[in-house]
Amino acid sequence: MTAAVEPEVGRARRRKEDARLITGATRWTDNIRLPGMLHLAVLRSPVAHARITSVDTTEAVRLPGVLEVLTGADLAAEQGSLPCAWPITEDMLAPPAPSIAVDEVNFAGEVVAAVVARTPEEAQDALAAIDVDYEDLPVVLDLTAAVADGADLVHPDLGTNKSATWVFDSAEAGTGGDATAAIAEAEVVVERTFRQQRLIPAFMEPRSVVVDPGPDSATLWSATQVPHILRWMLSAVLGIPEHKLRVIAPDVGGGFGGKLQVTPEEVLTLLVARRLGKPVKWTESRTESMLSGHHGRDQLQRITVAARRDGTVTGLKVDLLADMGAYLRLITPGVPILGAFMYNAIYKFPAYRFTCTNVFTNKVPTDAYRGAGRPEATFAIERIMDELAAELGVDPLELRRRNWIRHDEFPFTTVAGLTYDTGDYEAATARAVELFGYDELRAEQARRRADHDTVQLGIGVSTYTEMCGLAPSRVLGALRYGAGGWEHAAIRVLPTGKVELITGTSPHGQGHVTAWSQIVADRLGVPFEDVEVLHGDTRVAHRGMDSYGSRSLAVGGTAVVLAADKVLAKARTVAAHLMECSPDDVEFTAGTFAVRGTATSMSLGEVVVAAHVAHNLPDGVEPGLDAEATFDPDNFSYPHGTHLCAVEVDTETGRVVIRSYVCVDDVGKVVNPMIVEGQVHGGLAQGIAQALFEEAVHDEGGTLTTATLADYLLPSAVDLPWFTTDRTETPADTNPLGVKGVGEAGTIASTPAVVNAVVDALRHLGVRDVEMPCTPMRVWKALRGGAA
Amino acid sequence: MIPAAFDYTAPSTVDEAVRALVAGGEDAKAIAGGQSLLPVLRLRLAAPTLVVDLSRLTELAGVHDDGDSLLIGALTTHHEVQRDPHVREHAALLRLATDTVADPQIRHRGTLGGALAHADPAGDLLAPVLALDAVLRCTGPAGTREVPAAEFFTDYFTTALEPGELLTHVRVPKLTGWGARYEKFSRVAQAWSIVAVAAAVKVVDGVVEQARVALTNMGPTPVRARGVEEALTGEPATAEAIRAAAARAAEGTDPVTDGNADAEYRTHLARVLTERAVTAAVSDA
Repeated sequence: MTAAVEPEVGRARRRKEDARLITGATRWTDNIRLPGMLHLAVLRSPVAHARITSVDTTEAVRLPGVLEVLTGADLAAEQGSLPCAWPITEDMLAPPAPSIAVDEVNFAGEVVAAVVARTPEEAQDALAAIDVDYEDLPVVLDLTAAVADGADLVHPDLGTNKSATWVFDSAEAGTGGDATAAIAEAEVVVERTFRQQRLIPAFMEPRSVVVDPGPDSATLWSATQVPHILRWMLSAVLGIPEHKLRVIAPDVGGGFGGKLQVTPEEVLTLLVARRLGKPVKWTESRTESMLSGHHGRDQLQRITVAARRDGTVTGLKVDLLADMGAYLRLITPGVPILGAFMYNAIYKFPAYRFTCTNVFTNKVPTDAYRGAGRPEATFAIERIMDELAAELGVDPLELRRRNWIRHDEFPFTTVAGLTYDTGDYEAATARAVELFGYDELRAEQARRRADHDTVQLGIGVSTYTEMCGLAPSRVLGALRYGAGGWEHAAIRVLPTGKVELITGTSPHGQGHVTAWSQIVADRLGVPFEDVEVLHGDTRVAHRGMDSYGSRSLAVGGTAVVLAADKVLAKARTVAAHLMECSPDDVEFTAGTFAVRGTATSMSLGEVVVAAHVAHNLPDGVEPGLDAEATFDPDNFSYPHGTHLCAVEVDTETGRVVIRSYVCVDDVGKVVNPMIVEGQVHGGLAQGIAQALFEEAVHDEGGTLTTATLADYLLPSAVDLPWFTTDRTETPADTNPLGVKGVGEAGTIASTPAVVNAVVDALRHLGVRDVEMPCTPMRVWKALRGGAA
Repeated sequence: MIPAAFDYTAPSTVDEAVRALVAGGEDAKAIAGGQSLLPVLRLRLAAPTLVVDLSRLTELAGVHDDGDSLLIGALTTHHEVQRDPHVREHAALLRLATDTVADPQIRHRGTLGGALAHADPAGDLLAPVLALDAVLRCTGPAGTREVPAAEFFTDYFTTALEPGELLTHVRVPKLTGWGARYEKFSRVAQAWSIVAVAAAVKVVDGVVEQARVALTNMGPTPVRARGVEEALTGEPATAEAIRAAAARAAEGTDPVTDGNADAEYRTHLARVLTERAVTAAVSDA
């Protein structure tokens, strides 16, 4: 075993996993072919709200290759109800959530029948032969209309479209003053309503499920980001003993929260495979994915900021209507609550009140999508800070400086009750301003305005923070979430000194295999190449809470550190015994144990062999060098940063082109700068896409009209600017690595930066807001309306 | 995304292809590069019982200099059109429009003839072909005929091609030395045009001697902006004259309202883009 010399943590290591991911040499779920495997295809409702009056399968069952055609009635007794793990209030209303509709459908895309056939082609053909009769019911789509008196109801049994109302008030919580009073007494009040359009996660690998029912216990492969949660929930929903169900998430091609779910198709594939006693596969098409995978965002946000004339903010009030869609999926109701703690952002608001009303509509359920609640919150506060700046005639950066938490004020307990451990907003902002050329761009903007240039320049600011590292289990418990927020890791040192690391996180593109290898290499003094990272199989990684919420490194990486430290502590004991000294006298550096002040030393490799052969171990020490650790954080982590965006707006066509984009993020210590850079770029692309391109649109009947990638516009590299990225580094206090998380930062920060820039470009022409996505037509219409 | 089952044949001559299409009747579809038909099949928006693959008809590929015109085989890919020196010299407008079609992968598969026969009003090659007064050569059971572009596009996704008839060649009169511009407006690079304007002008001594302007996606078929052409012809090629002419861009158009744009905005874009296209074409002349 050779000692690693240069520290691994901090190196821009190429990702170990990329060769197989990029070349397709890995086995994605849809590549799995088991002997005798059958294929499941599902028929989806074309209507958004209807009573099912009949499902005629007689023709379909006669088609070649078809083994079975199942309706909701066939599976009603055994399908259970899809789980919602986050009942946000005691009195939250949650209708039963079937995997296959029995009596009625509540969104277009809901499963109404299932075909099992010998080939995917035969299954698909049979779908066309199923005849379903629907009796239309009134369709509820609009959030405001849904909560109005006398509204049509999605679930008439519930008597209302409101699922729950959740309130946080700083006066009641003892974390601040009375926001309503602050607004009433304020010198300046700015109120806006923003619409968070509905988005589709649009992960690259469509969802796919394979189930081998087995003679004794079942194995389920799924393109999921939560194999552990999935196993737990499937066993709970279907009554399958948990120890008789193994769940495997093989390499997974993206998720963005869209695969943080227990899906109808996972339940149905499992039910059908067990029913027939044969392996079964289901793989969705892109259009199915867009129709039936959960969507994100979809909130109406009324936000009010009170301030003094000098710009000091004095109060904040937020009223949300959040679209749940037709059912509550895994964490549907909790997504807006994840945002509740972030509206006050980096500012020292003395009073805050947040109210969220969760609303049912006849649309596919919403749930986590990259950032989950926090992008929505950041958008609203960063947009309205620019509006307040305009109202006061203050530069938007200056307004932020007057209100943000200064670096010497950390740790800082916010009006929402969170304690931000560390941060330096001044440093990140100063660096961003320098890279951006802020003053020069402002001067150019003034020139273009004076010249009545067809193309106007706008500058958008976004100074964000977010809560990452989900999550302290006690906090989750207090918020009525159904699980903990800890993470687990196990290390097995093999006799030859190679290392197997088992993580409870479930990477689906993030590069954990590489980053975790770097951490272990440093801690144990083994080569990067000697570490194998195992994940995503409940039989191998038996404990885990999976990957979402920028938690994997801050929580899962910490568990890796703790497990490595346990291995090292034991190795030190063994080394001391063999070198006949006290463990306190043993120094460990770069893979070598040495007796302090002597020439006596042993390599880790020698200690490993000694531990395995167990010929000469201290009394009471077990053979082997394995250890495991579970880490439950005391606090969240709080990455932050400053994003500056310059856009050119063509006032004749309304087209917005991003001219330059600078972001300076502070994600704490960095394990692999290249991975961080990749996360930032991808996050920016998704956040900019919300600002300018993406929107799930339904027609009046509730049909999704953006159900292909020709209609739901994802930007490609050509449509995005060159990103100028940099970092400041304020280590987190809340974990030994000093890391904060970077998975969502770009997405959270960039959307308001872009929209602020668009509005800034046109403010002198009377424009105060442009609804997202800021399409050329919307910008053009805002200009015409604004100028009138 | 699994198409319904269909029969498949890959004839090696135009005659065989025509016979296959005739035999297949209304349920037969010809496939060239497949960039339009395959998505439709995969979404099961069409379910032909026979697909006639034209890829072996090598006689229909390539660009030929034919005196006063270029004769472009229907199976010439967009990429080949982009790279062809004859097209570059004598039909710059067609090349500029082809440059804006989708992405390199699609341009290596998709064909000029396929795009024209598909007749998507948002497609980028219809308006240039119309502006260039191209003639489309079609071969069917009754023989070969030539159809002017102005008569070829008849409605949404509908052409003058008779059942069993194949588009085999596109004859493009040479416009050597003209200035050209295809001004495309789409939401993202790979999306279809919301509106686009194809413009070619011949400028002599600062005066527009001839002008050709056609619009993409301003109605069920590409539309020739005759009013703009009239207003430009014989006038000095000045910004004022171009602006005045562009004001007539939307005459005779019938733009749709869809998810990307409403008719009012399209009408507005037609004017703005026409002004830009003509201005750029004039400076290219």
